[in-house]
Amino acid sequence: MSARLDVKKTYKLYIDGEFPRSESGRSYVVADAKGGFLANASQASRKDARDAVRAARSAFGGWSGRTAYNRGQVVYRIAEVLESRRDQFEAELRSSEGVTPAKARTFVDAAIDRLVWYAGWADKIAQVVGGANPVAGPYFNHSAPEPSGVIAIIAPAGPLLGLVSVVAPVIACGNTCVVIASEPHPLTAITLAEVMATSDLPGGVVNVLTGSVAEIAPWLASHSDVNGIDLTGVNDPDLGRTLEEAAAENLKRVRRPGLEDLLATPALDRMTKFLETKTVWHPMGL
Amino acid sequence: MTTLKATAPPVGPDPSAAFADATASESALRRFLHGLPGVDQVGAEQRAAALGTRSIKTTAKAFALDLAIRMVDLTTLEGMDTHGKVKALCAKAMHPDPTDPGCPSTAAVCVYPDMVATAKKALGSSEVHVAAVATAFPSGRAALDIKLADTADAVEAGADEIDMVIDRGAFLSGRYLEVFEEILAVRAACARPDGGHAHLKVIFETGELQTYDNVRRASWLAMMAGAHFIKTSTGKVQPAATLPVTMIMLEAVRDFREATGQMVGVKPAGGIRHSKDAIKYLVTVNEIAGEDWLDPDWFRFGASTLLNDLLMQRSRMRTGHYSGPDYVTLD
Repeated sequence: MSARLDVKKTYKLYIDGEFPRSESGRSYVVADAKGGFLANASQASRKDARDAVRAARSAFGGWSGRTAYNRGQVVYRIAEVLESRRDQFEAELRSSEGVTPAKARTFVDAAIDRLVWYAGWADKIAQVVGGANPVAGPYFNHSAPEPSGVIAIIAPAGPLLGLVSVVAPVIACGNTCVVIASEPHPLTAITLAEVMATSDLPGGVVNVLTGSVAEIAPWLASHSDVNGIDLTGVNDPDLGRTLEEAAAENLKRVRRPGLEDLLATPALDRMTKFLETKTVWHPMGL
Repeated sequence: MTTLKATAPPVGPDPSAAFADATASESALRRFLHGLPGVDQVGAEQRAAALGTRSIKTTAKAFALDLAIRMVDLTTLEGMDTHGKVKALCAKAMHPDPTDPGCPSTAAVCVYPDMVATAKKALGSSEVHVAAVATAFPSGRAALDIKLADTADAVEAGADEIDMVIDRGAFLSGRYLEVFEEILAVRAACARPDGGHAHLKVIFETGELQTYDNVRRASWLAMMAGAHFIKTSTGKVQPAATLPVTMIMLEAVRDFREATGQMVGVKPAGGIRHSKDAIKYLVTVNEIAGEDWLDPDWFRFGASTLLNDLLMQRSRMRTGHYSGPDYVTLD
């Protein structure tokens, strides 16, 4: 009997709930921690980004229209499915980043916990940052946070925890997003997309692109149908500045934090940055 | 019914004289239509798919987008249409992109007959035509005199173009002469008292014709009856326009011009939503029928959502960044 051949996995993009190759047909080599060949990943083009924005836009109505409680359940479901595949993620983290088994376990634990944390926030953020305002008149006056729309995210380097840290707050609040995964470590991002695809998250709510940040990000930053951009993963100050300028063109909400400790408990601003406060006056009496 | 042909006033050049033998009787007409060469289904689909792979970029793309906008018959055919909606549509047809004075207007707006007067008034002296769907659109299931009254009514209200549907039931059961004479009768009803006439587009509803052979036969039947345009579908039946069907109709108008010297226009309608699809159709027009048809007088798109996508693409080429649905009208 001949030796069994390896079944090599092709890492593709995640757009509109499907796993297409890049429209451009390009791919790039992803190296493991020691610099050897690990896998090929799709190298997304600006047209993939455009398709992803279109998918995110069409998913927005349905996703933002769900009850906050239900969105929390879906995000919690992602944590459940991730938990059941933790061995795979630990192995991928070890091969791609060369971390120790203990460290890999810590990252996966943190990623799962982070999802559960944001799942809990989904139906609580409105009470915390919204409220009833006392006004001088016979009116009820309420402020309620509402999702902004389509958010473009440049994910930070920590492949699993980094991606979860930027995506979970955005979708828990009812936004949809297009994420450019970490350029040197895109594989866990695509594996995480497989988790999302099988955990009741509607197609198009999260779209994951892999490839060159410098190539794709400017198109997302200048895209008129993107409502916000999270530049957490942009390390090059020149690129960051260009992106901020492009984003100003249609008044996108921009989040550009400095270096962040991903393992620390996150601040609420990841959620509030992409929420818009709507205030309603309602006559009282009668 | 046969007397209609004799009494029909001359409405544009009448090709029926050239085919007097073929249309003399039911059996002669059947012999002629069934004598047309059959369509190789696999070959046609492969050819259409191959034409769809052409890459059109930069200046050629800019040209194609503007041409496609000029070819759009901006359509609203809903039971819930209101006068206000038709007026809004007319405003959009005249100035598709109000932020850019260089943006061309569409070829026409396409409405139900009762909206023609509203559209005509809203369009004023602009060059945008008013097309009306008549003859018991979309099913075509009404008595002939009702269809003719429907048509005459739309023409009287000022329609520049009439989109009629053929009786698919009669066509599919082989009563070709009945279909032929009905087209002649509607064509006669397109005449205006001042001696002019509304252009006649004949809709086949190719999604109901079952085979490509039938599409070719219907094309010839309508062209022999003097249609100015042949149109794929009403947009109410799936599948609507497809590239292979449009290609076969383009072959028919090309062959018809070779046989008679007369040009007939083609209008795919329904299901064309993206600029990329529109450009595929334009490539097909150029390759099959020829450059002469790359003109709003000879090729049209029956569409509503397509225009927004064309405008977004146009804006993308003009500004260098992607536009979004927030920047075009909701219709």
